[in-house]
Amino acid sequence: MEVFKSLIIILLSSVLVNNYVLSRFLGICPFLGVSKKLNQAVGMGISVTAVMLLATAVTWPIQYLLLDKVGLGYMQTIIFILVIATLVQILELVLKRFSPTLHKGLGVYLPLITTNCAVLGVAINNINDGYNFLESIVSSLGCGLGFLFAMVLFSGLRSRIDESRVPKPFRGLAVTLIAASFISLAFMGFAGVVDSLFS
Amino acid sequence: MDILIAFLVVGAIGLAAGILIAVVSRFFGVEEDQRVKAVRACLPGVNCGACGYKGCDDYAAAVAEGNAKPNLCVPGAEATAQELGALLGIEVEPPKDVVAYVHCNGNCEATSKKAEYAGISTCSAAAMLYGGPNACSHGCMGFGDCAAACPAGAICMKDGIAHVDTSRCLGCGLCETICPKHIISMVPQKTIAAVMCNSKDKGADARKACKNACIGCMKCEKTCPNGAIAVKNNLAQIDYAKCTGCGACVAGCPTGCLKKIFFPSLSESFEDDKVN
Repeated sequence: MEVFKSLIIILLSSVLVNNYVLSRFLGICPFLGVSKKLNQAVGMGISVTAVMLLATAVTWPIQYLLLDKVGLGYMQTIIFILVIATLVQILELVLKRFSPTLHKGLGVYLPLITTNCAVLGVAINNINDGYNFLESIVSSLGCGLGFLFAMVLFSGLRSRIDESRVPKPFRGLAVTLIAASFISLAFMGFAGVVDSLFS
Repeated sequence: MDILIAFLVVGAIGLAAGILIAVVSRFFGVEEDQRVKAVRACLPGVNCGACGYKGCDDYAAAVAEGNAKPNLCVPGAEATAQELGALLGIEVEPPKDVVAYVHCNGNCEATSKKAEYAGISTCSAAAMLYGGPNACSHGCMGFGDCAAACPAGAICMKDGIAHVDTSRCLGCGLCETICPKHIISMVPQKTIAAVMCNSKDKGADARKACKNACIGCMKCEKTCPNGAIAVKNNLAQIDYAKCTGCGACVAGCPTGCLKKIFFPSLSESFEDDKVN
């Protein structure tokens, strides 16, 4: 029961409190780039979640079973990037085969997941926080869902902005960034909520 | 020794990753449409977007699908259109041969600044601040947004205004869309007369702001034997379809804002025509 509770806390806190996009400001590039349409935002969110999960499942054993054993902890970043890049390539091949429309819609942002700092951030933070394998998987699932959640929220907001009359100097990216900052402020309100849920 | 282990580990992971990708692409790989590949090979690949598609790849896909005409590629011009036509086995209309032309001659000698501008040095930023720092609010500000947009590097800034090297110009029209003062337009590649001014101010005001301005005196409109020139909003406008390039208007223009331009060597004619 205790284990289950700590997993739930990890999941909720990585979705809401430590949301990678809105609280830690990682992975802003696809957040602004692919959030124009809801279906593309969802596609991107799911792709990133899948890559995060796979990346954690591969990088956690690499860190503990290989790098730490031979004293190569300092090569963590480079090797993780290598692994993530491979996973993204595979994801791209699979998407191209099974969902050409989504592949076309995500366009250049799909290969850019390779250098998405949120994915690398999840892989490295799981190690830094000292999570065990199960906790790492749950945490990366939470981060992916948090990313998906932020993308969906923001694409909804953007479609509202598109329909409204924005003053000329604010049009385009300016109003988008201001809206993003407001959502981020709103997410600050979650700080401390999750920990007190179970106490 | 440590470095050797690092090499081995990274190398091994890289190799494993490479093999994995190779295996996955073997099983999940998608055969690319050979026609798209063949069409794409004919295109120049500058991704200028003049055809109206996102890039050469996008246009190639549209042509191969039969959704786009093969004569839309501006940089590739007639050669590409013919090549594509031969490849697809269809008749092709020749593409329009156009080239960018800067309708402003407000160089440093002819005009002055009404204010010193010290902001972000792009035309679009400068134009938002009281219409820019120039005495003439219609003229080239010379911050080079067009030069930055040009995929072929055909535009340079000389004496405070933009100049187009026509031998390099692809005719894609990116500069035309980016110029906040709408000074650049695409003109046909033949011998024509062109107006080197964009000022819609009244004659006296335009003249005060710039020595080379069109004052809208209507002399060219009367002189033109083909009826190709009309003065609208105090500015001479030329119908390039009617213009034969006879040069009668150029001789008569009191401010020298009309110029005969020759193709395909417009860049040289800049030098030759300075005497007029």
